[in-house]
Amino acid sequence: MTGWLRAIAYVMWKELLELRQDPRLFPVLFVAPIIQLIVLGYAATTDVLDIPLVVVDPDRSAASRELTSRFDRSRYFTIIDAVGSVEEVEPYLASGRAWMALAIPPGFGEDVASGTPVTVQVVADGTDSNSAGIGLGYARGLVAEHARAIVEERRMSPPGGIDARIRVWYNPELESRDFMVPGVLALILLVITMVLASMAIVRERELGTLEQLNVTPVTRSQLILGKLLPYAAIGIVDIVLVVAVAVLWFEVPLRGSLLLLFALSLLYILNTLGLGLLVSTISSTQQQAMMTATFLFLVPMIYLSGFIFPIENMPAAIQQFTYVIPLRYYLVIVRGLFLKGVGIDALWPQAAALGLLGVAILGLAVLRSSKRTA
Amino acid sequence: MRGMGAVALKELRQLGRDLRTLAVIVVLPLFFLWLYGYALNFDIRNVALAVQDDDNTPLSRELVAAFVNSGYFNQVASIRSGGEIEALLDRDLARAVLVVPRGFAEAAREGRRAPVQVIVAGDNANTATTVVGYARAILDSAGARLAATANGQAARPLIQLEPRVWYNPELESTLFLVPGLIAYIAMITGVVSTALAIVREKERGTYEQIRMAPLATTSFVAGKSLPYLALSMLSAMLVLTAGMLAFDVPMRGSWTVLLVATLLFLVCAIGMGLLISTIADTQQLAFQIALLASFLPTFILSGFIFPLSSMPVAVQAVSFIVPARYYLVALRGVVLKGVGWDILAPQLAALTVFAVFVMGVSAVRLARERA
Repeated sequence: MTGWLRAIAYVMWKELLELRQDPRLFPVLFVAPIIQLIVLGYAATTDVLDIPLVVVDPDRSAASRELTSRFDRSRYFTIIDAVGSVEEVEPYLASGRAWMALAIPPGFGEDVASGTPVTVQVVADGTDSNSAGIGLGYARGLVAEHARAIVEERRMSPPGGIDARIRVWYNPELESRDFMVPGVLALILLVITMVLASMAIVRERELGTLEQLNVTPVTRSQLILGKLLPYAAIGIVDIVLVVAVAVLWFEVPLRGSLLLLFALSLLYILNTLGLGLLVSTISSTQQQAMMTATFLFLVPMIYLSGFIFPIENMPAAIQQFTYVIPLRYYLVIVRGLFLKGVGIDALWPQAAALGLLGVAILGLAVLRSSKRTA
Repeated sequence: MRGMGAVALKELRQLGRDLRTLAVIVVLPLFFLWLYGYALNFDIRNVALAVQDDDNTPLSRELVAAFVNSGYFNQVASIRSGGEIEALLDRDLARAVLVVPRGFAEAAREGRRAPVQVIVAGDNANTATTVVGYARAILDSAGARLAATANGQAARPLIQLEPRVWYNPELESTLFLVPGLIAYIAMITGVVSTALAIVREKERGTYEQIRMAPLATTSFVAGKSLPYLALSMLSAMLVLTAGMLAFDVPMRGSWTVLLVATLLFLVCAIGMGLLISTIADTQQLAFQIALLASFLPTFILSGFIFPLSSMPVAVQAVSFIVPARYYLVALRGVVLKGVGWDILAPQLAALTVFAVFVMGVSAVRLARERA
């Protein structure tokens, strides 16, 4: 047993010596995740705020100004210009200077005063379908709120109707940052650890040193474990760094247990490192390994994990496929721990899935690394 | 010129031997297109809804039916007490809960405002915003119907909103995402393959041989990058054509503008790849830098998915040095809006400046390295 461990220790030591050869690698491994998390944490927001709005107001009455100022006062819209007719809106939307236009019909003030129902038009640039949909929702809400205010002010309110109380749990302000930062954290850990590990074996193959390893008494599993452990150490440092940035810099509330977060993160990087090693064993050049890691693994995993696109929107066949993506489970774990403050009683299915996948992936990597040279 | 041709030929031969890389550059983009077209979208349908109907009258059941029949909600559970709500939302078994309190029908009959509660899981802020919008719209129209029956008059609000959507009336996310995908793929193939092509020579020691060869720096650079420029252009056009055929992506503007913008953008990407190759000595490092400098910014800081205008000013400032930012505006402008040179001039100018700058810097660095 001690001999078995010693062989692993030798491989580890050799790997660490080789990593030290590249003095620029460590700054990339430790500083880059912090910078990335900070920049991406701010950037990855699906909030739609300050939508540039053009106002078409041929009416120019007090009532129309009240409506436009309600838009301007809300945090969702910023009025950038006012024009006289709907035709003049086109250049604003075509150039992207405005995303939406609010068109108030002539006679709006009189109609509102006399209590005649009146229609205002909102024109939206549908290019960004997601933002446009959200913006239209805001506009609808503001107009309805405005109409209700007028009706209540004049006490002409017909009684009845529904008193809708919509409440949002976990994230009452609907801050997308609290949702995205844990996701970006998971993404960065994946990219860094997987790409790093994907080079581990293929580099030896490309440089011809795998031949030398072949004639040593090191077994396949010893080789894989010896390669894995130094990278796992790097991964642990990265976990501590990114969690610290999320909690201290972004002040994302960590409502669950920190210990559980670390334990499950460790389980997660065993998966990502295993995937990297698997890529490394099935590639013959480093270039190939990087392309395979990025295109065949990273990008599909990111898209299909629920990081941005909700899994429940996907067709059933593709949903089945997402079950083999470790990131899928880890996203539920980090979001659950950060936002919902749930414990292992709610997260055990995800933890079990990560454990099973990790064993399967590492086993596959060991099997594939049949110490062949080609 | 002949030197350049020789380098290009050598690069092509090397590429030809590596079929997997070639397949990655040409075939995989089509796979992504398929993913975007069928699997990935923001359109939120079938939100898992749990219903707690404490009233249990024909009127309350009608309200529940209004949610289910809207097509946006799927009733996954009926619950009785309030304690279960937390368990359902915590375990992600439901995304929203509709609570109709006892006395709902009675209040509606007597013409009082009948209270209804909707609880939405807000952890995914984007989905939750949309779900809140759906719930409000359904409750608004149900409320107007109730008020109308109570008052015996037509239910029409004082001010009504008529939405018009230009360029993408159905608000299909495919039309928004496919142009972004082209930029994304072009960026990765351009930056990554160019950077690796040169660093590989350094790592294997063949760079020394080229350094000895009677070859001008420009011929070397051009010979190395032209094959990748051609390949990236090919895959960009492949994605665009396939998008038009399979997903009805329109082409409302001019092909010339599109080709010029794409070419400029690819030169930017390849310039970045060259620059990285002058910084990194190993493929491992080159790839890490390429991912950090191209993969993630093009994904997140370009307006591909996340709207730039909602980001903090400092982050928006960073996005000015992401070429994809300009290219996406140009691409979506041409394809969806049909705008031309006059409107896209700022974007094309920015791309040109970036291309000249990045190519210049890398040429200087390469020349110094080879000297």
